[in-house]
Amino acid sequence: MSFTLSAADFLSVLPESILFAMGMVVLVFEMFGTGRDTRNLAYLSLLSLLVSGFALHRLAGRGITGFGGSITADPFAIVLGMIFLLVVALIVLVSIRYLHDRGVGHGEYYALLLFACGGMMLMVSSTDLLTIFIGLEILSISSYVLCGLIQGDLRSNESALKYFLLGAFATGFLLYGMVLLYGATGSIRLPEIAAAVNRSEVRGNPMIWYGLGLILVGFGFKIALVPFHMWTPDVYEGAPTPVTAFLSSAPKAAGFGALIRILTEGLGALTPEWSQVLWVVAALTMTVGNALALQQDNIKRMLAYSSIAHAGYILVALVAGGRDSLGGVLFYLLAYAFMNSGAFAVLILASSPVRERVTFEDYRGYGYVEPALALAMVVFMLSLTGIPLTAGFAGKFQIFKSAIDKGYVWLAVIGLLNSVVSVYYYLRMIVVMYMQRPTAEHPPERVVPSVPLYVAVAASALGVLYLGVFPAGWLELSVRSVTSLLAGG
Amino acid sequence: MIPVTHVLVLSAALFAIGVSGVILRRNAIVVFMSVELMLNAVNVAFVGFAYGLNSMTGIMFVLFVLVVAATEAVVGLAIMLAIFRNRGTLNIDEFNLLRW
Repeated sequence: MSFTLSAADFLSVLPESILFAMGMVVLVFEMFGTGRDTRNLAYLSLLSLLVSGFALHRLAGRGITGFGGSITADPFAIVLGMIFLLVVALIVLVSIRYLHDRGVGHGEYYALLLFACGGMMLMVSSTDLLTIFIGLEILSISSYVLCGLIQGDLRSNESALKYFLLGAFATGFLLYGMVLLYGATGSIRLPEIAAAVNRSEVRGNPMIWYGLGLILVGFGFKIALVPFHMWTPDVYEGAPTPVTAFLSSAPKAAGFGALIRILTEGLGALTPEWSQVLWVVAALTMTVGNALALQQDNIKRMLAYSSIAHAGYILVALVAGGRDSLGGVLFYLLAYAFMNSGAFAVLILASSPVRERVTFEDYRGYGYVEPALALAMVVFMLSLTGIPLTAGFAGKFQIFKSAIDKGYVWLAVIGLLNSVVSVYYYLRMIVVMYMQRPTAEHPPERVVPSVPLYVAVAASALGVLYLGVFPAGWLELSVRSVTSLLAGG
Repeated sequence: MIPVTHVLVLSAALFAIGVSGVILRRNAIVVFMSVELMLNAVNVAFVGFAYGLNSMTGIMFVLFVLVVAATEAVVGLAIMLAIFRNRGTLNIDEFNLLRW
């Protein structure tokens, strides 16, 4: 048996390879950097994200597959890859001042972000359980370290430990699910699994059901679906704020991407069964996420629970299935990336090492002190609620409309009721900023200006408004890019 | 000839021991050892299936799982070392700065 690599193999992983290589370059620069100003490393990271995005763009439409079909550069992988690159670029922008102020300006921060981004791109371009697992682990291991980045901070330590233990636990379940699928179907390639599952003697094998169940548990932990969401608020609250912004959008998008690929390309024949399970999980995730978000006073924690609720909305689309719904997933993931990163960027801009502004109380009367910043926050909150003319509305509309078209009326009703509930805690932010007087112990202060942070806030706000006013272009691209996924499966 | 079923029973038993260890034990290192036990249960199952199916894929998967488990151990123990230096304990019940 000979083993040779062709040019197509290298091309198929070129965007990821650029990120991994540049991550190492950043590490080396950190080591030899005498100026100790890590801000330059941030711009180097942005450049490598840009180059990787260019490579990814050039792969579009060529249908390259590499490594014997384990890696594919199909439109689904490319569109999701672009979302990851965009999120990580926003996170790099919001991190620069945060790290500099707190004296943890380590080059390894940016290296880890680049590694995590490469891992996510590998995850969604894999059509093989092994490469999905490797991508997931590159992402997870980088994230564990990112959470614990502030070594002297007890909360950051605790967040890292909790994330690590529960993440590793989830990996165990995911792997056991994979081994059972391998045992039942005799392959780890998704197309071969799909072919095997179509045979009735394979489908009669109970191992395949246990395998499916364990894979859902494993991903349930990773993308924080109820009842596997318990770690989320703790980890998100304790982690450094830019890391929280990262964790709550990009890895979830990657988890959904890989889950969609496994469920449609590999186990498409079992759709009636898994969609029933996910129906219940989606309803629970939306309801529990929103119910717990209502009670929070800490905005980071509130956004953590709201990210659980948003995962529930995305799951509705996964349950409904079909190209319109799955296209809606991609649309929603980008919309959520903008509004979530934007909201966190405002929190980071308003905070300083002396005073973290993370509770609602801290923002009393903020609308009169920082009108532009408060206005941007209003845009993000309205979009998270799903008010028309924002990206959140367009995404929810697409998801719930396609769910109703597919006959999942009750699920859509539960989703809409939950959106109504979420109005309470998103609008609370706006009420606090504009309708309450500041108190003596929470005096509002003007922020210290920072160009990269302003760029991040402005880019997110423009993204939210653009997707809200002109959703058609991106929606069409999303729907088109999932078509290949469904045709192949 | 050992039937594949025997291997699978062993693997399932190891996995169950690992899961109960994670849930019941309170020391972070012991919890992590239980997670490692779960991963090794997966390896045993992969070897068993590879043997039963007469395919090399399972064996190859085991090598990757081993590498990932090793990197997880590196990162995990580093996190535990950092937390032990700051807190002087690894009892997970005492990590309650963040409400559950």
